[in-house]
Amino acid sequence: MATTLYEKLWQQHLVEEKAGETPLLYVDRHLIHEVTSPQAFANLKFHNRPIRHPERTIATMDHNISTRSIEIDAAGEGAANQLRTLEKNCKEFGIELFGMGHKNQGIVHVMGPELGLTLPGTIIVCGDSHTATHGAFGALAFGIGTSEVEHVFATQTLRQTKAKTMKIEVNGQVGEGISAKDIILAIIGKTGSAGATGYVVEYCGSAIEALTMEERMTVCNMSIEFGAKAGLIAPDQSTFDYLEGKEYAPKGEVWQQAVADWKTLKTDDGAQFDTVLTLKAEDIKAQITWGTTPGQVTSVDGVVPSPDDFTDPVEKDSCAAALVYMGLEAGTKITDIEINNVFIGSCTNSRIEDLRAAANTVKRFTANGEKVSSKVNAIVVPGSYRVKEQAEAEGLSKIFIDAGFEWRLPGCSMCLGMNDDVLSEGDRCASTSNRNFEGRQGRGSRTHLVSPELAAASAIAGHFVDLNA
Amino acid sequence: MEKFTTHSGLVVPLDASNVDTDQIIPKQFLQKTERIGFGKHLFHDWRYLDASGHQDNPEFILNAPQYQGASILLTRENFGCGSSREHAPWALEEYGFKVIIAPSFADIFYGNCINIGLLPIKLSDDEINELFADCENGEVNLTIDLEKNQITGSSKSYQFSLDKFHQYCLEEGIDSVGWTLKKIDAIKAFEAKMPIWQ
Repeated sequence: MATTLYEKLWQQHLVEEKAGETPLLYVDRHLIHEVTSPQAFANLKFHNRPIRHPERTIATMDHNISTRSIEIDAAGEGAANQLRTLEKNCKEFGIELFGMGHKNQGIVHVMGPELGLTLPGTIIVCGDSHTATHGAFGALAFGIGTSEVEHVFATQTLRQTKAKTMKIEVNGQVGEGISAKDIILAIIGKTGSAGATGYVVEYCGSAIEALTMEERMTVCNMSIEFGAKAGLIAPDQSTFDYLEGKEYAPKGEVWQQAVADWKTLKTDDGAQFDTVLTLKAEDIKAQITWGTTPGQVTSVDGVVPSPDDFTDPVEKDSCAAALVYMGLEAGTKITDIEINNVFIGSCTNSRIEDLRAAANTVKRFTANGEKVSSKVNAIVVPGSYRVKEQAEAEGLSKIFIDAGFEWRLPGCSMCLGMNDDVLSEGDRCASTSNRNFEGRQGRGSRTHLVSPELAAASAIAGHFVDLNA
Repeated sequence: MEKFTTHSGLVVPLDASNVDTDQIIPKQFLQKTERIGFGKHLFHDWRYLDASGHQDNPEFILNAPQYQGASILLTRENFGCGSSREHAPWALEEYGFKVIIAPSFADIFYGNCINIGLLPIKLSDDEINELFADCENGEVNLTIDLEKNQITGSSKSYQFSLDKFHQYCLEEGIDSVGWTLKKIDAIKAFEAKMPIWQ
């Protein structure tokens, strides 16, 4: 029978399926960080249970850490306590940890792929909802809660109900200056914030195949923002080329065997999906969110919508509430909205290609000596130490610094503001991150999700910019 | 995990859709290494007028005098969207909620609730609208019978469906890790057949 990629991955990881029980799946790779793991470790110790395969878990520090200093104490008392707890737990249970100052340290979803820890055909879990990022490699990757982190520690398995399948096909060629972020935001705009709840999504079509691995990660990263359990892209030559030679990827003969196997990881012709959504790449414009869910998104050449633009009563009310929170008036041109903060970073957009795109835009907009607007605080936070080093070697950091951006140390930073990179009440931020929820970047702050290019240009202009105008 | 059999309690209607985990428990309260201490920060930015959480917001429904002691949360679609933080169900549970009723939940949040014994119940949009209307007319108390998959109010009852294994885990208060560890032979057999690169 013709099956989808998701069904293949599911079947290949099925440890046990019994009537009356939720199926048990094997977990190949478990990524952990300081925020969602301490209670899982504590419960293991309480029950005096060992970790079944400590070598299958890798830890990093990212959510809480300072982006100004590599000192653990720089992030405040609560954060330091969590970071030290992670250190202690990793030592006690024999888990490899990329702590502060380690060359491999970085945001968990940047670190995993760049080290070759993320492999096609594997199941990857992490106590973080943006784990779907790793689906870009044809891995079934999803976020889990702390009870599940504990379950994986003790058993290397998880109980999972089978999801429905959704195919999202993007065909054609995107226009000049349209990024992977615009593609995924346009998809979310079509489905709404819960359009894929209960589904695993497979992205395909010529516009998806044409994406680089880093672009594919940006697309898969935001799968959770329209409710999907996971996002998948079938592995192909781009995937293998990216992974070959990476530190933790298989080598030699084993690499050859692995690639031969990975080539079989695709949806069969004629396989049925529960839902299919098709987009034309040519129709996708530069996107920006105007509201407080990622689905409240429009194109940068548009205007802030009015509740009257919606027929669904829930969407109507949500629009009205979002406009109040965001301090926006319906009908305002997007490019007339002024900002006072810019954040370039996060597991969505902090990889080297993102920083190159942002730096190129900065160069274009500062050709006559312009700087970051005097009204704007702009920070650039690379996703990992490796990204940081490469960006510095390529001279990108100098472009940012010369233009008036702050060049920070790697971490999750202002995406969720668990450290001191927090906005104040009423601040308005062009952010390359993934969530524009109320208070996400600080109580009362207002977030607009955009691509790195748009964030960079807006920092100089002090308001949103239509790069294609 | 405590066993869940039946629960009777007061309903508080939170009339909002897409309530995300950042609203349920904002990130500044995620720095604990213990499983307790989250209840007082539940819905922090809505519940308090000040950042430090000393001044109650009188407009927020959970602060209304008539809803004190509520243990059943009635809310709208896509409840619990956003992050995987289990701190969100921990906060709801510690505040005193035993049951959440909504037309739909975000997947990870739903699973996290089941795993800690907080019962998420899905009802149809019409049934949810009916319950919200009932709340406008006065106090609503409901009894949830897990075995019968039934919610009973003063004048009406509703059926809900739940995955059979989830129901069993809730009813028995299963330690899910202990349960799976009994399957260790199946896990070992799987591991013996795994490809070398995996």
